[in-house]
Order: sequence, then C-alpha cells, then structure tokens
Amino acid sequence: MAHGAVAADTQYNYDIIKKFAIMALVWGVLGMSAGTYIAAELAFPFLNFDIAQITFGRLRPVHTTLVIFGFGGSALFATSYYIVQRTCQTPLISKGLAEFTFWGWQGGILLGVLGYMNGITDGKEYAEFPWYLDIAIAVVWVAYFIVFVGTLRRRSQPHIYVANWFFLAFILATAILHIGRNIAVPVGLFNTSAYGVYSGVQDAMVQWWYGHNAVGFFLTAAFLGMMYYFVPKQAGRPIYSYRLSIIHFWALGFMYMWVGGHHLHWTALPDWTSSLAAAFSILLLLPSWGGMINGIMTLSGAWDKLRTDPIMLFMITALSFYGMSTFEGPMMSLKSVNALSHYTDWTIGHVHSGALGWVAMITFGSFYHLIPRLWETRIWSQSLIYVHFWLATIGIVLYIAAMWVSGIGQGLMLRAFDDYGNLAYTFVETVTFMHWPLVVRMLGGMFFVAGILTMVFNVYMTIRTAKQEQAAIEAKIAAKMAKA
Amino acid sequence: MKFNHESIEINSGLMLVLTLLAISIGGLVEIAPLYYIEDTIEKVDGVRPYTPLEQRGRDIYVREGCYTCHSQMIRPFRDEDMRYGHYSLAAESQYDHPFQWGSKRTGPDLARVGGKYSNAWQTQHLNNPRDVVPESIMPSYPWLLKNDLDYSDIDARLRALRTVGVPYSTNDEEYAANVEKFGVEVAEMLDINKAEKNLLAQAQSQNWDGDNTRLTEMDALVAYLQVLGTMVDFTKYDEGYFAEFR
Repeated sequence: MAHGAVAADTQYNYDIIKKFAIMALVWGVLGMSAGTYIAAELAFPFLNFDIAQITFGRLRPVHTTLVIFGFGGSALFATSYYIVQRTCQTPLISKGLAEFTFWGWQGGILLGVLGYMNGITDGKEYAEFPWYLDIAIAVVWVAYFIVFVGTLRRRSQPHIYVANWFFLAFILATAILHIGRNIAVPVGLFNTSAYGVYSGVQDAMVQWWYGHNAVGFFLTAAFLGMMYYFVPKQAGRPIYSYRLSIIHFWALGFMYMWVGGHHLHWTALPDWTSSLAAAFSILLLLPSWGGMINGIMTLSGAWDKLRTDPIMLFMITALSFYGMSTFEGPMMSLKSVNALSHYTDWTIGHVHSGALGWVAMITFGSFYHLIPRLWETRIWSQSLIYVHFWLATIGIVLYIAAMWVSGIGQGLMLRAFDDYGNLAYTFVETVTFMHWPLVVRMLGGMFFVAGILTMVFNVYMTIRTAKQEQAAIEAKIAAKMAKA
Repeated sequence: MKFNHESIEINSGLMLVLTLLAISIGGLVEIAPLYYIEDTIEKVDGVRPYTPLEQRGRDIYVREGCYTCHSQMIRPFRDEDMRYGHYSLAAESQYDHPFQWGSKRTGPDLARVGGKYSNAWQTQHLNNPRDVVPESIMPSYPWLLKNDLDYSDIDARLRALRTVGVPYSTNDEEYAANVEKFGVEVAEMLDINKAEKNLLAQAQSQNWDGDNTRLTEMDALVAYLQVLGTMVDFTKYDEGYFAEFR
C-alpha cells in the first residue's frame, strides 16, 4: 500500500502509544521521586536509614535509569510511534513486534532498578545494567529499529519528514553506543557479574563517548524529533526554516560524537583527546542553537499564543532551556572553567537544566498535545496545565540556582589558600557549606515532582472523562437502535 | 539525476547509511588511537593487578556505588596535590575493569587513600562515618561487618578478568611471565590456581576489620582501599618525567 493514504485515524496503532505514554508518566513520577529522595539524603544523611537498598550509592542509578530510560525512553517510544505513523500516513508494520518492544523495555527497566537496589550493577554511569539485561535490551532495540524503519519504508509520501531523521539517528546511535559500551565477559552463566573489555584510560574514554552521547542522541536528537513534530503542530505553523533543519541535523549528528572527552579534562586521558573534544564542544554550540532558533522562530507571527496556550508555554520554555544549557555546556568544556566546575554540583545543575528544562518540559508539552488526541477528547483542565507549568519552572530555577551556589562555592573553597600557602579549607568544611544549597535543591525537586503529579491527575481525569463520553455515545446509539 | 539533499530525504536506505557514517567518525578518531599510541600509558614500575582479596573488595566498592560520590583521579593542580597527593597516572588504573575515576566529589578523592588512615579508622568510618567525622553526609555501611565475604566464585572472576586482558596466570608459562614482570611475590598472588588460598592468607595477614575470626565484606573493602594509590614509588622518578606523557 505504498501510496494509498490511510483514510481514518482508527487504522493507526494508538494502543501501543497509549501504553508507552502512561508508563512514561509512571516512571517519571517514580524516577523524579527517587531523585528528590536522594537529594534529601545528601542534605539529611539519616534518611539512608542504614538500609542497603536505599543508600545513595544504590539509589542514584535507580534515579538516573528511571528518568532517562523509563520516563525519557518510554516518552520517545510513544512519540516516535505516533509521529512515524502520522507523518508516513501508515500504521506500524507489526503490532506484535511493537508490543514486544513495550514489554521488553518495561521489563528491562524494572529488573534493572530492582537489581541495583540489591547490589547488581556494572558500575558504569548510565550503563549500570548487568550483562544479561544488556543483551535483552539490545534485542528489544533491534525490534524497535525494525518497527520504525519498516514503517518508514511503507510511507505514503516520497519525503521523510524531518522529525523522523532525528529518530532514525537516535535509534542508530543508541544501538552503537549501547553495544560499544557494554561488551563484557560474564563471570559465569549464572553469575550477575561481568567485567568489561576496556580498562583504565580507554574505559574512561569509552565511558564518556557513551555517556555524553546518551545525552546527545537519547536526550537531545530524539527529543528534537519530538520538537520538530509537536511544536509546528501546536503552533499551527510550518517549521521556521527547512534549510536550517538540514544543516543542524547533520552538524549535530557528526559533532556530538566527538565531545565526550570534555568530561576528562586534566585527567590521565592524553591532552590531545580532551582538547579535541573541547574544540568540538564549542563548535557544537552552532547546531544546538540552530535547532533552538528553528523551534522558537516557528512561533514568529503567532507570539500571542503564549498568552493563551499553556502547552505552547511548555514548549517555548523547553527550547529556551535547551538554548541555555547548550551554551553552558560548551562554556564548561573550556579547560579553565572545567578545572573549577568538574567534580562539583555545577555539573549536576547543568545536567538538570537540560534534563528538567529541556527534556522533561518538551515531553510535558508534547504529551498535553498528544494525550487528548489519543483518547479523542479534550484535556480535563486547562488551568491545571498552568499550575503544572509554574510548579515545574519554579522547581527548575530553585534547582539550578542552588547547584550554582553549591558547585561554584565548593570549587572556590577547595582551591583557596591561606596567607602561608596552606589549604584554606578541609574537604569536610566544603560539605558543611553545601548544606543549605542542598536543602534548596531538594525543595526544587519537590516542586518538580508536585508538577508531574498535577499532570498525572489531569491525565487521569482526561482519560476517565473520555471513557464516560465514549460510554454516553454508545448508550445513545444503542437507544436510537432500540427505537428504530 | 542531480544529487541534492532531496535525494537523501526520499531514500531511507541512503539516509541510514549516511547517518551511520556521520556518527561513527568521532568515536573512532578519539578511541582507537588510545590503544596504539605508546605514550598513552606511562612507563612506570610497581603497578600490578589486584590480589584476590583486593579484587573482591573492589567488587563491593562497585556494588555499593561508591563512584557516585568519590573520584579516583587526582588532577595536576596545587590544591589537589596538597590535599590528595601526586596526580593520577593512566598506568595506575590500567588493570581496572571498569575504571572508577568517577565524575563527582560529594566526598573526597580516593585515588591515594591507601595507607592514609589505619585499618581501624577505615572500618569505623565505613560502619558509621559520623563516629569519626561528625559533619559527614556519607551513608553508614553496617552490613559490611555483618556479611561474610562470598569468595566461592573467585576463580571464575579472575578468569573473566584474565580473558579481558589482566595478567592473572593459569599455567607455568604465564606464571613465569608474571615473575619476570612483577617479581615472585606478586606472581604468586596472581596465580588463579592459588586464588582461594591467597585470598584467605591475605585476609589473615592483617587485622583488617578488627576481627580475625571471621572473613567479612569489610575485610575485603578495607584491603582494597588500603592499596589504592600505593603501587607507584614516586620518589624513584624525576619531577617532570610523567609530564612527558601528557
């Protein structure tokens, strides 16, 4: 059916999208709550309660895995399945395979985080999954690739829409990164431990090649795909510049892969590698801002929408945070700045201005657009979207500001000398100094969690109303049929 | 047919191949040379693979997620030199699978923590950090003293590490190579056939956690912490020698 358009929405596979969207919210609530809890543990260490499963070291990978792969990953599955069907005007090629990606992905995440809490981990940041789950995830990912590309190839138009370029790059890059990072030799067939093939300095470089591109492709390129569909849709205008999207797509894909080494400035990684990475990090500002400008300018001529449309507010704020954190990132990749910022909370603040400000906000905006359409109704409460927006925004601002104070403050204290040339502060004095910023950061997290809980309530009421409306219509039809 | 961007936009196969090409180059250029440029890892004596007991301690270090708050990578700055010691060498983590350089210092760097504190201090600190550092925000790890160390799979662990390139020996030939490289004493420790015996002997050789009647996870973790950063004797090298490798 290469060129036959699908007549009605009903032929699209929306069921799988609904499932992924709901799970994104479930993992979002759990992952962000876990994040807030470990933030509280740093401010008030008694919260570790001497229980191994909930100590900071074990819960931190639970938090990162749930928000990146649980919330972010499920949101990307949902939106990419939606966008590829809508823009190609064809249903997914295989319902069964799509179902498999759903259960495989959710199962992998659940087993992964339960494992971390019980001490089963590879100990590689953002790649803590044990070897057997790595294999399972790779299989799920291949299925995802087949569903996505298969559907793309069955499109009813000759052109591939720009959002799909980004999803394609994200799927390919994630496969390469996941496999490249996790090649390992298990201790035994029934042993949860494995030792990776890389060691020391090479392992460090592979780690940040993986780690930074988890940011670059998982948390950036894919969410740009989301942006390229939902922002023009919500604004009711075409994307600002087609040419800009071409240039920034190729530049972003090419350059991101070079920048991971900036996580290793001043370490035992050779200078040439981290310097090269820093050079590309600075260049990366251009394609990053290309994407931001393309998104924001799509609204030019319709700026009044910001006054009446809270969904647009989410999207434009997300793009603004994207612009801000992609400026902060290149700046922190400068060696002199990095000497201060590395190892401190400044990095944590930077990550969260991207993760909360960009990734979560663009997801919230897209979901508020998507969810009523999936359930064929209107959002239950428009004003609750405003409430969510302000809770989230206040939360992010508190979070980032607290981390600037704590990170820059600690960095300056650690390098301070007294009049005799001795260190001015012991390490633990910097820990004491950080107490209040850490409390404020925890409060920021609470605001953000309160925001997503508002959304969950709003979405729950929306779906409930949709079901009631559906039942009412069916009852009416039944009554008419009975009369006739 | 004229080639322009439209040719890519209408051909998913072409787009796939070109995207793969674009995203492959950066990683290849930055990772592959680290394996064949000889100066990447400094030439230095003393660095050896971990003993069986230390390796089990390292496994526990990884299990508890210590890397989420502690780095093992000292940078070449005056304050870090005064606080932690000589900056870290690539050679010092060459047998680390996975590396534990870390990315965040919620607590201090541990690259040279070995020998800085007594075994008793380490044990007390891990059991409840606030007993020795009242302002500490580190979690307590009381279960390390309660849990017996599981060393049933120590052979398999060392074998897996050997497969990924750590020179533990399984036969006379490999043993002889280790004697030449590290000396007899270390070569004995790296013999997989004697792994369990060596582990138990090292556990008894010192009073790691204050109780020699039991072999606990604390014994292994303290043994690992006490060896960190102690393998290279920096007094044997000229100042500036290591800078040549950067």
